[in-house]
Amino acid sequence: MRDLPETASQTAGPYVHIGCTPNFAGITGVYDEDLGARMITGDVSGERITLTGQIFDGTGTPLRDAMVEAWQADAGGLYAGQDGADPHFTGFGRCACDQDSGAFTFETVKPGATSWPQGGMQAPHITLWIVARGINLGLHTRVYFPGDPALEADPVLGRIEHRVRVQTLIAEAEKDGAYRFNIHLQGPDETVFFDV
Amino acid sequence: MSDTKIPHGGYAARQPGHHPVALYPPYRTSVKRSPQAAPLSFPTSIGEESGPVFGHDLLGPLDADLLHNFAQDGASAIGPRIIVHGKVRDQFDRPVSGALIEVWQANAGGRYRHKKEGYIAPLDPNFGGCGRTITREDGSYEFRTVLPGPYPWPNGPNDWRPAHIHFSLFGAGFAQRLITQMYFEGDPLIWRCPIVGSIGDKSAVERLIAPLDMNRTVPMDARAYEFNITLRGRRQTMFENRMEGL
Repeated sequence: MRDLPETASQTAGPYVHIGCTPNFAGITGVYDEDLGARMITGDVSGERITLTGQIFDGTGTPLRDAMVEAWQADAGGLYAGQDGADPHFTGFGRCACDQDSGAFTFETVKPGATSWPQGGMQAPHITLWIVARGINLGLHTRVYFPGDPALEADPVLGRIEHRVRVQTLIAEAEKDGAYRFNIHLQGPDETVFFDV
Repeated sequence: MSDTKIPHGGYAARQPGHHPVALYPPYRTSVKRSPQAAPLSFPTSIGEESGPVFGHDLLGPLDADLLHNFAQDGASAIGPRIIVHGKVRDQFDRPVSGALIEVWQANAGGRYRHKKEGYIAPLDPNFGGCGRTITREDGSYEFRTVLPGPYPWPNGPNDWRPAHIHFSLFGAGFAQRLITQMYFEGDPLIWRCPIVGSIGDKSAVERLIAPLDMNRTVPMDARAYEFNITLRGRRQTMFENRMEGL
């Protein structure tokens, strides 16, 4: 089988909003709605949650020009497109970080556990993908939920050699249904990023 | 390609040599925004092998026509008119159909329509700078736009970006997600650009440079440039290899 080289990544740059969230960028009248603006499209099953966070650079300054995408299973652990997945849930969210605070927010549902190809289950998690000026290849990470007994047996968390870093992938419960997940690009609290 | 040949193995691992490095000091913003720990590898699972599906009903009639999708009635964007076309395939040379492609770019003068943009070149009232399309069954796509201008940017004391169009691609799996930039054949700024320079492999840069395509150029209307894109692919499983040999 031929193996062709993947096209090289390049940074999304400071103007990613023009192409990916034009309404957010003030370019209105081209698309009705920005892609990924709503993850819940109807009477969704499961626990509704809000996931919010900021992305910090190596100086501790929040990125104000990043874009974050979320991809996750529904409350039953199924991804959109799988048989039996919740028809009122897209599983896909896209958020331009706030131009002042750098905050991103997703209104979503708490995902269910998902299967693992070698057997067993993965603890409930949300995949995030981060692009911005200065990031040359989009960064994949995962948000897990605090206090979940399934964390112990999660096959991905189990691969993290420096156990102190596991904590970087676990959201903080702020109040009922509200979770915070801050991302650190560098430094002692550097978030674990994946080469998937 | 028949469904029975679609493999169900995981995505082949990404090869870092085909990509830019995270930390490339000549691109100054990368210094404080590049992770320092090695990324953690794991075999892809359902969450990486699935992805959002966007149907053709998402698209409006002018989404792939940047000459007109922001223009007043009867007007069109100012600048050299071009067609950009190509095919999206995976690393195993299979066409990727149904892939959403989103593009964005500066206008012909090198000015973006963005509130953080400070370049003195003027906005074009008839140019927004965004477009999108979805690949056909054979992986092909095309859109119409104006040739973007090069522009200065705050990095070194006198850095200019080569003319480029940003591309965002969704394949079938979230592991295929890619954002890149397309450059234009013959632009002397390409090899001077520190963002391009973050890619160490010269041939990987050359694959981002679209050649002029006279065959698709429309006489008295628009020149054409061809930009083919390769996304990651899924390996066949051992089981399926045996089945195919039976």
